[in-house]
Amino acid sequence: MLIDIICIGLMSLGLFFFFATTIGILRLPDFYSRMQAAGKGDTLSSMLVLTGLAVYNLHHWSFGTLLVSVKIMFILVFIFMASPTASHHIIEAGYDAGVKPWTKGEEKNEQEGKEN
Amino acid sequence: MMETFFIYIGVGILVLMFLTLYRGVVGPTAIDRLMAINVIGTKTTVLLVIIGTIFRRVDMFIDIALAYALLNFIATIAAARYFQARKNFIPGGWRRSVHQEHKEISDVD
Repeated sequence: MLIDIICIGLMSLGLFFFFATTIGILRLPDFYSRMQAAGKGDTLSSMLVLTGLAVYNLHHWSFGTLLVSVKIMFILVFIFMASPTASHHIIEAGYDAGVKPWTKGEEKNEQEGKEN
Repeated sequence: MMETFFIYIGVGILVLMFLTLYRGVVGPTAIDRLMAINVIGTKTTVLLVIIGTIFRRVDMFIDIALAYALLNFIATIAAARYFQARKNFIPGGWRRSVHQEHKEISDVD
């Protein structure tokens, strides 16, 4: 039962951070701030949900389930390295293209094809 | 009981994926769309592991999720490199403004 409680807590926290990431992607004003919300929140919430699943998978203790949990941890480590790298490359592409950052007082950069 | 909980978590992640798709459709620049696709891909990796847990075949779905995470990473890096090399595809990029200045000068001439 302790494993179930830990799993429910971790996965609910992960779903909450997924929700916060989506709010940030939908409502933040410009590209750079949206990218910040996407890069950080997505990494943290994926790690929380995958940790909860790896803990739940150890319910029946044997060598096979331990191997599966270690493989889930491999996915976790890969996401932990790959997601910030991908975010960095996307931001680098936008910065090289000269997308202007949002400053205080301007309107939200929401319109298609708007000249900024 | 835990299967019901996993189904609820999976449906919640699916709803959040559809909400993220709004930024992919509307997003003002091409890199906004790229960001939305990257986020949806990461959520798909998590969702595959949840589906495997519901079906009690995690050992099979784990490999699919790992391959999907690798593909998502490679696709994002490749698309970001592509847009970095062709800056005029991004609205508000420098090449479009340079082109417009050139056009204004030629209009004056």
